[in-house]
Amino acid sequence: MNYQPTSDDFVVENPQAQSFFVNREVFVSEDVLEREKRAIFDRCWIYVGHASELKNPGDFKTRPVAGRPIIFCRDAEGTVRALLNCCRHRGALVCREREGNARQFYCMYHGWTYHPDGRLKAVPGADAYGAAFDASEMGLVPVPRLEAYRDFYFANFDRNAVDLATYLAGAKDYIDIVVDQSPSGKMEIIAGTQEYDIRANWKLLVENSVDDYHLIATHTTWLNYMRNSGVNVTPPRGQLLPTRGYGRDLGNGHLTTDNPNYRGRPVARWISVYGEDAKADIDAIRRELVQRLGEARAARVADTNRNLAIFPNLVINDGSSVTVRHFYPITADRMHVTAWALGPVEETEAQRARRLHAFLTFYGPGGFATPDDVAALEAAQLGFAAWRDVPWSDLSRGMGKPNDQQLATDEGHLRVFWRKWNELMGSRA
Amino acid sequence: MNEMLASTVSRAEVEDLLYHEADLLDSWRLDEWLGLLTEDATYYVPPNDKPNADARTTLYTIADDIVRLRERVIRLKDPNCHAEYPPSRTRRLIANVRITGVDGDLISVAANFIVHRYRHNDLPRVFVGQYRYKLIRRGGQLKIAERRAVLDAEELGLLGSVSFIL
Repeated sequence: MNYQPTSDDFVVENPQAQSFFVNREVFVSEDVLEREKRAIFDRCWIYVGHASELKNPGDFKTRPVAGRPIIFCRDAEGTVRALLNCCRHRGALVCREREGNARQFYCMYHGWTYHPDGRLKAVPGADAYGAAFDASEMGLVPVPRLEAYRDFYFANFDRNAVDLATYLAGAKDYIDIVVDQSPSGKMEIIAGTQEYDIRANWKLLVENSVDDYHLIATHTTWLNYMRNSGVNVTPPRGQLLPTRGYGRDLGNGHLTTDNPNYRGRPVARWISVYGEDAKADIDAIRRELVQRLGEARAARVADTNRNLAIFPNLVINDGSSVTVRHFYPITADRMHVTAWALGPVEETEAQRARRLHAFLTFYGPGGFATPDDVAALEAAQLGFAAWRDVPWSDLSRGMGKPNDQQLATDEGHLRVFWRKWNELMGSRA
Repeated sequence: MNEMLASTVSRAEVEDLLYHEADLLDSWRLDEWLGLLTEDATYYVPPNDKPNADARTTLYTIADDIVRLRERVIRLKDPNCHAEYPPSRTRRLIANVRITGVDGDLISVAANFIVHRYRHNDLPRVFVGQYRYKLIRRGGQLKIAERRAVLDAEELGLLGSVSFIL
């Protein structure tokens, strides 16, 4: 029986040999990337932003979504919009600022102006156009579909796509767990954006975000920091991690880890890193959770850590803190990552400061862990230069076990991503 | 700058401290570098899009109290700090050093920096920005009470991680 793949497909699965391989060509080929843009990013629901980023009418953020320049904004009536940032006249960006509040969008090339809801407002010298010119048809083009779940807004460039709620499938339950941290069910994106490039293929960050197998080798120094700070991070005999967690298939290519917490949670599990004087406050947050949600649900929210990957390119990590990050390929060997912290709107300044401190210990380009993830992904991408000679990445861990027994240190949940990817990409030819 | 401050600290003395610090950081003598700091020093790298916001309410790139800063040095000296092993070669150029104010015994200093960073298998990266210090005199020595490295780049982008002491 062959453990090694015997075909040249991108994804090769052999249940008898309990093996699962991905051909490394998918990480280096610009041709594959172009196909991904059409088959995946133009057909799936792609994260745009969070309602809390647009507090007032006229508020806007500009950002790329699925490779397009987008204005994510709230119009005068309070409706959230996602407009293509591209003048109908000759194509220039009509908004060149990162963020702000606008009564109109003004194209600096020839002076066309648009309302925040996208309608064309005025054209200098409009009398030069014929009778067929209809201003009502010449507004900024909205993304074909824009829908939200619990304030998370997604766009779809496929008009015929299923609705967002159907698309999210089992991921909805895991978003609900995150949102349940807020007494009012309102979470907010916290000011301050982490935007950085990783010189690696975008799919490696999907894998890395949910892959608990790498924790011990990649994040030794973070574990040492936790240990030095009085947190017990020593795994019991026979386990790779301090607690035994699982990898879950949430349907439609979405997946998550689901781990009993050991590393502290701002809502609401105290660890020594927070300091003695934070204990009473964490206890109070915990009591509010129990009163509102009951013991079992409160424990679900406060005692588990979940790294949630929403196909294809959104990750919500609810661990040491909550991070929302999405990423998009620039080239096959480079991605752009944008990451934020998310927190309950009710947090006091002290609670918010604790959340941000906990965030920075692990996550982000200055954290004790993320830079080593970046180093690992870039090392993998450099290794892929040998892809023709060493073509296969092995994702076979746990292949022999049923779905509900897949550990977070297995690769069952990573295979969920790859099966969906393979389904959407179709055959190699 | 007032007369009293001018008599207690000179720009030359501040420059000596900053140049000495730059040398320690560029040569990875990190324990000696910690010796330049007060016992409750802080180290900040603000987010590129909110360079002047408060670290208690805004997600920074780095916002270390002295406890985590000492742990950061432990991490940076560990061969398992993969992002900095082998350590980056850095060279920092400091210019436009100014004493910008005094508040009690705290002396505010601003200086421009260019930090060139080189790694095997990696692109050269250039970090440009402004250092903002709060210095205090302890036992006759100027010590660093707060150290803030404010980047000019609109986003980190190809600068990637800030895994060394910027």
